[in-house]
Amino acid sequence: MNLTLHVWRQPAAGAAGKFERYEARDVSPEMSFLEMLDVVNEGLIAAGQAPIAFDHDCREGICGMCGMMISGAAHGPMKMTTTCQLHMRSFKDGDELWLEPWRARAFTVVRDLVVDRSAFDRIIQAGGFVSVNTGSPQDANAIPIGKQEADEAMDAAACIGCGACVAACPNGSASLFTAAKISHLGLLPQGQPERYRRALRMVAQMDLEHFGGCTLFGECQEACPKGISIDFIARMNRDYLRAAATAREERAVGGTG
Amino acid sequence: MRWLVELYRSTIGKKIIMAVTGLIGIAFVFLHMVGNLQVFIGQNKFDAYAALLHGPLAELLWVARAVLIAAVLLHVLMAWQLTRRARAARPVDYRMREAQVSTLASRTMRWGGVLLLVFIVFHILHFTVGAIDPAGVFHDTDALGRHDIYGDVVASFRIWWVSGFYLLAMAFLGLHLFHGAWSSLRTLGVARPSDHPLHRRIAAAVAIAVWLGFTLVPLGVIAGIVH
Repeated sequence: MNLTLHVWRQPAAGAAGKFERYEARDVSPEMSFLEMLDVVNEGLIAAGQAPIAFDHDCREGICGMCGMMISGAAHGPMKMTTTCQLHMRSFKDGDELWLEPWRARAFTVVRDLVVDRSAFDRIIQAGGFVSVNTGSPQDANAIPIGKQEADEAMDAAACIGCGACVAACPNGSASLFTAAKISHLGLLPQGQPERYRRALRMVAQMDLEHFGGCTLFGECQEACPKGISIDFIARMNRDYLRAAATAREERAVGGTG
Repeated sequence: MRWLVELYRSTIGKKIIMAVTGLIGIAFVFLHMVGNLQVFIGQNKFDAYAALLHGPLAELLWVARAVLIAAVLLHVLMAWQLTRRARAARPVDYRMREAQVSTLASRTMRWGGVLLLVFIVFHILHFTVGAIDPAGVFHDTDALGRHDIYGDVVASFRIWWVSGFYLLAMAFLGLHLFHGAWSSLRTLGVARPSDHPLHRRIAAAVAIAVWLGFTLVPLGVIAGIVH
């Protein structure tokens, strides 16, 4: 099959970008979307042009590196699928595709279709962890966890941080990502000691990174390759409200040594 | 009090203010709609209801008005701030972005909200203050010497552009509530987890009831049932 691609080309972060038109010839329907781009890139390199830059790593749908807007849909037309796991059989001969990077103030374009998602890392650094001494692991069943809670926590933990939620959100909000990261720890016993401080800090960092607010369009849930539910956003708001209303000011307690 | 300031400054805090003020609005429009339906009982009942609100219940009415004015101002201010924030969050827009699951209601919250604000101002100047008096009957009294709001309703809705504007505004109110009644509870974190979080039977029922209840009045006048 033959396709026409309109690809966002931008040489560097601050530089001006524009769409370039490329023809992808003899594309096999068995190729993944990224393999199709690899073939286009080989043609560009052979012609002495700069290849299209795009993020990728595992190419098996679990690392969260890949992702682009494909004709107006984050990760393309297939539900619960990352760009690398999208195959060309989802398209038909003669299709014209528009490839754009995730667009958000917090996600600056590094080059072409590659964006800088370190804003997500800073949200995690603000509280997406449990403070425990590492060492030899304790027995797996030492802390009983209900099946329901374990399942819900795993549903939230499925987030791979790809950024599709932000990309698909008309408000450019990172609420689904932040909610998933707050919830997967907040649902488990190990996450309880820092549960409310975590909610306060991660939401504060999310706001600092200039993401928009959530108006529950629901687009994030649809775009999420891991199918994370907007129910977690309600849960984040509940934790955040409770935290804001009950948290004590942090201060040094005990002796000064 | 620092927690309150921090809550106000966060996006979630602003959404919580929008949700609470919106729920106040929903409670109000529901009562208002039920009150309006008394127009179908007749002139005597409707004018007596108006006289009751403005006579014995006048102090209570002013408390309600104060709460509603504060709610509308906060709702609009938060919407303004959050809209600006959302615009700033995506300085370079997509060449192509297709809405996948968002409802028409959710996508018309902002411009529909502006229309509703214009409508609220018009509506107060029309039926409450009488500064806009398209039928020229605002100062008329009924047989018992009461303010004849029934006559004003009938005469106003016989004017095509008045009833047209009211019908349009109520359609947008229905859309606004279809998203707002559902999303406000999720914003407040009180919605139950669901396998289909975008489904909303209760919000749909609220939106249809309010839209239909308000719409029946001008339609009743146009159809000649209320005369």
